[in-house]
Amino acid sequence: MRSFFYVLTSLAIMALAVWAYNENHKTQQSKAEVAELRREIRSLREAISVQRAEWAYLNRPDRLRELADMNFARLQLMPMSGTQFGRIDEIVYPLPEEQIEPTLSNAIEVLGEIRHTAEDERP
Amino acid sequence: MIRIPLRPLARVLEARAQGENPLHIERENLRLRHEQMRDQARRRAEWRLVFLAALFFMGFALVGARMGLLAASPPHEAAAFQGEDIAAYRAEIHDRNGRILATNLVTNSLYAEMRYMVDGERAAHELARIFPELDGERLATRLTDPNRRFVWVRARLSPEQVQAVHDIGEPGLLFGPREMRLYPNGRLAAHVLGGTSYGQQGVSAAEIIGTAGLEHRLDDRLRDPAMADTPVRLSLDLTVQAVAAEVLDGGINMLGARAGSVIMMDAHSGEVVSMVSLPDFDPNNRPAPPTEGDPTDSPLFNHAVQGVYELGSVMKAFAVAQALELGLVTPDTMVDTRGPLRIGRHAISDFRNYGAQLSVTDVFVRSSNIGTARLVQMIGAEQQRAFLRRFGFLEPANIELAETARARPQFPDRWSEISSITISYGHGLSTSPLQLAAAYAALVNGGTQVEPTMLRRTAHVPGPRLISERTSAIMRGLMRQVVTRGTASMAEVEGFAFGGKTGTADKPDERGGYAENRVIATFAGAFPMDDPRYVIVVTLDEPNETSSGEARRTAGWTVVPVAAEIVRRTAPLLGLRPQNDADSLAAIEAAMRLR
Repeated sequence: MRSFFYVLTSLAIMALAVWAYNENHKTQQSKAEVAELRREIRSLREAISVQRAEWAYLNRPDRLRELADMNFARLQLMPMSGTQFGRIDEIVYPLPEEQIEPTLSNAIEVLGEIRHTAEDERP
Repeated sequence: MIRIPLRPLARVLEARAQGENPLHIERENLRLRHEQMRDQARRRAEWRLVFLAALFFMGFALVGARMGLLAASPPHEAAAFQGEDIAAYRAEIHDRNGRILATNLVTNSLYAEMRYMVDGERAAHELARIFPELDGERLATRLTDPNRRFVWVRARLSPEQVQAVHDIGEPGLLFGPREMRLYPNGRLAAHVLGGTSYGQQGVSAAEIIGTAGLEHRLDDRLRDPAMADTPVRLSLDLTVQAVAAEVLDGGINMLGARAGSVIMMDAHSGEVVSMVSLPDFDPNNRPAPPTEGDPTDSPLFNHAVQGVYELGSVMKAFAVAQALELGLVTPDTMVDTRGPLRIGRHAISDFRNYGAQLSVTDVFVRSSNIGTARLVQMIGAEQQRAFLRRFGFLEPANIELAETARARPQFPDRWSEISSITISYGHGLSTSPLQLAAAYAALVNGGTQVEPTMLRRTAHVPGPRLISERTSAIMRGLMRQVVTRGTASMAEVEGFAFGGKTGTADKPDERGGYAENRVIATFAGAFPMDDPRYVIVVTLDEPNETSSGEARRTAGWTVVPVAAEIVRRTAPLLGLRPQNDADSLAAIEAAMRLR
């Protein structure tokens, strides 16, 4: 009984040692991986900052103005001004369908005077 | 210890006398002694065991406690990986819409270490070929000097240049990472941003420190590592800034002016939406400050903040507002404008003769010096001084730019009657356009003080009241009339109810007195006048309008069209929509009649 217990203990210790060694190894690997990822993050961050700077540089108002001037013949872009605004009631909406062709289905008799409105007098 | 003898003589003798075996006594004693020894050994062993157990317990308790602490503590990144955040050592600067005004780039610096140097002569020769501005001979003597161990060659290299230097194949030429401040918009907002330079330099990094403008004033905030990822949001609008700069540049060229400035400010919150000063410079390559000549000629000079000028008739607004505020006059009160007005040995006259009397409205709209002088005589010098102090004219403006502290307003120590009169129409008190803009904002926004700022404000609390709502409404009406029928008729911007006040001030001569034909022309105004959203101040230094054949220098002919064009083009960008002019006029007049 006692010798069985000893064997069991030593086996357990060996197993634990193997487990600890593996964990240690994995930790080392993860650390190396983290360092690698950090290097990558750093270089990507640098790249992003370069791209952002370049984007800002390409979008600087001076350049956009030059581009608009160069392509004036095609795009005809003008500086924004107050005259370019319209009011909502200045927009001509298409008339509802039934008003375009008034179909007389149930004609009824109407009594009263005929008044001419301004619209009727248009040629 | 005292040992008990194994064969005490007395007992042996006694035992012999009784015929017993004395050896028994010895055995007995030996047994007792052994028992005693055994007990002692056991006690010691027991104590040792307890001691060891305690030791182990303490050891395990320590390990366990540490594990528990580690498990319970919040997870955090291990010590920052060196150089990981190198792109963010200094916070970025953004405009109010998040467009980049200043950012950082990592570049390389080039240095030489002599102990790795193989052929200094050839390296110097090759370097001079890559960088034409380097002096090859001088570099060669430095790179072959046996007493030197280390030489800085260049602070900044582009990636192509790094490759070219790499291709020389000289092991003694080494690169160090260098963070560089980049202003992608070039000259735009140069005076606001200021500039940076390198502080302490090491091989692997260099400190960037702000040298002027916002970069200098907010240096601590920009360098704070905890805030490095949070950009500083300015109140500037990049598009508006670009338009204002373009229009002002056109105006300066057309009118042959020496310099000019534009400030646009939110009339309620004091956020500066645009601040332009021309001539300007490229902050990526900030020129050295001038060592001789007039510092105001330098492109580094920020006319909007550092330019302390006598601004002329724009100051009349404050005399009129104070007279109205004190209830001394109404807009219809008639004021004596017979000239010239003699105070001691000074004579005050008007640009043209306005007749015997004008209403207060017309004094302002047609800009009568004599009429304003009469108003300030009613107010009194001491009250006028207190009023201008409340509007911030007697102290340097407080804004997040390094230059403001040195731009002190100039005014006479003794505020006599004659100085109070000249100050009322803008001579004798020198202030910066920025202060004027903040004061006009308070005049038109309903009468509350405005603290100018370059930073975007999220919440806005109205400042202390300086004048009543009613006075403010009347001033808005008067300023609108200056445009509709007064000195600034060219400022009509259809749909945006632009209004303001012109000012043409003779420049002080170096020899004393005032120059004959050099003026500072100013327009200070706000739009839309029925509910002012933005205040604008435009100044031109020595403009000359010559389209009609004769030189015209008054603000109405020079700076007013520039201001109007800026408003015409920026108002839609600022989210304003054109309104019917009759509606806004009705709104202005309704506000004026309110009690």
